[in-house]
Amino acid sequence: MKILVPCKRVPNPELKLKVGGGTVDLSGTTWQVNPFDEYAVEAALRLTERSKGGERSGEVIVVSIGPKDTTTQLRQLLAMGADRAILVAGDDAALDADLVARTLKAVVETEKPDLVVMGKQAVDGDDNQVGQLLAGYLGWPQATFLSSIVLAADGKSATVEREVDNGVEARRVRLPAVATVDLRIIGKKSVRNEALAAPGAEWDDTQRLASLKGIMAAKKKELKEVSADALGVKGDALVKTLSHASPPARKAGIKVGSVEELVAKLHTEAKVI
Amino acid sequence: MATLVLLETTSSNLRSASLAAVTAARELAKHHGGPLVGVTIGAGIGAAAADAARFVDQVLCYDNPALAPGLAETWAPVLAAAVKDSGATALVASATSTGKDVLPRAAALLRAGMASDIVAVLGPRSFRRPTYAGNALTEVEITTPVVLCTVRQTEFAPAAPAPQAGTVVSKPAPALDTLGSELVALHATKSARPDLAEAKVVVSGGRGMKEAANFKVLEELADLLGGALGASRAACDAGMVPNDLQVGQTGKVVAPELYFAVALSGAIQHLAGMKSSKVIVAINKDPDAPIFQVADYGLVATWEASIPELIGAIKRVKDV
Repeated sequence: MKILVPCKRVPNPELKLKVGGGTVDLSGTTWQVNPFDEYAVEAALRLTERSKGGERSGEVIVVSIGPKDTTTQLRQLLAMGADRAILVAGDDAALDADLVARTLKAVVETEKPDLVVMGKQAVDGDDNQVGQLLAGYLGWPQATFLSSIVLAADGKSATVEREVDNGVEARRVRLPAVATVDLRIIGKKSVRNEALAAPGAEWDDTQRLASLKGIMAAKKKELKEVSADALGVKGDALVKTLSHASPPARKAGIKVGSVEELVAKLHTEAKVI
Repeated sequence: MATLVLLETTSSNLRSASLAAVTAARELAKHHGGPLVGVTIGAGIGAAAADAARFVDQVLCYDNPALAPGLAETWAPVLAAAVKDSGATALVASATSTGKDVLPRAAALLRAGMASDIVAVLGPRSFRRPTYAGNALTEVEITTPVVLCTVRQTEFAPAAPAPQAGTVVSKPAPALDTLGSELVALHATKSARPDLAEAKVVVSGGRGMKEAANFKVLEELADLLGGALGASRAACDAGMVPNDLQVGQTGKVVAPELYFAVALSGAIQHLAGMKSSKVIVAINKDPDAPIFQVADYGLVATWEASIPELIGAIKRVKDV
């Protein structure tokens, strides 16, 4: 089982965003792997694990599109356990979901994975488009917003659960396919490869951290850098970002001293009850 | 030229979630010129298409048993065919789980640019949308002749019916290939409460509720106010409530008249899903919880001490 995991680097979402003059100033930020993509790497690793003999079976390839610095995040993912990494040189500001998807299509055609697993959205752009676009461009089935994935023993299909507006939807998809993952994909029993792991196999209830051994091993793993030109990707972004602004601030609220006061305010001042 | 809007249906009705898309599509249609055309997709949806036609000039109805499971693999080619056949220059859908799943795939088939989760239509191909968990509002411009967008439901009022109902045109579906995808089951969450995304009052609990049974008291408060129940990611992850109650950047986006955040710290990912609420009440025992920064009314108290008292006090005010 060969699994490709596209990963985006994003500014630390916990830091206060500097918005001004029509732009977002990211000069002082720290960069990290998009949390959903980190979960996708964890899910991909689990799909290669827990065989009877304990050895892994399969390959997990992480790919990112970004500036040279993105090698830092890719090394972290190699330290987590991914087998090799690809960095396609790109300028964050010149990319949109469509150009990212077309670049990934070129990578898929080169690497020929059995499965693409990625986060359902990046927490900076919040587009939630790339997985669906990629599946559309490839003509592959898509399985979005997954809270679980079980690969069939023959490696030809997967049974998935999707988080939808009114509950959970179960689907079966043929491979190769594009899967995008939601938060719950890192649950203890959310991911399993029937060819390897016995029913009931459990993982930790979170994504793994890189071990010291993993960090040492990552230094020797392949991290290939390629250009979009070399992949044959042509054309520009279809969506241009014109400007950014801060959302209107909420006016400062008040603290109330008691439940009675709260109810009085809601009734007579806010008039909502 | 035409503006298309995906109108999601039940077997007999237009889904109210699509009414926000109709409102946005009406604005966009003014920029694009031409009629506003609804697209309904499914199996046995004749009555629903007639219901949907009340809101648009025309409905293109793709009614085929193979379209019942709502797969992006078949719906996206239908939407692409609808755009091409009608010569439309815009396609709009609400940012429901279906809209988010299907529209980008249609964008790929059309080689068209798409804006996700828009909060304003600024021109024929420019839109405003939240980014960075709602910490920025970003203006984007699509450079392709055809533009696609999904619509944040809380930012566009539900459309009223048009003065005159449109016609329904039955369309043969293009060749349908599921690519081997099949629906196995839908485990719908059953609730007598209003839909979270549309409720006038939302009562959300967080990690501090500690366990599922404690949500009973929040349910009582929600029911008293005719509201919906919500939760933070922590409460969902801990299994206290179903995942589809999660409010936040990656869960549901809500903007009710009144939002109660109870025993919930207010991580930015949660704030992204509720800070457009008209009135926010925060109840938390930690006076430094970030939720107080967005609350109109904050009460430093435990839920155990305050919520039963709150229910009693509201009953007295409402005289029930």
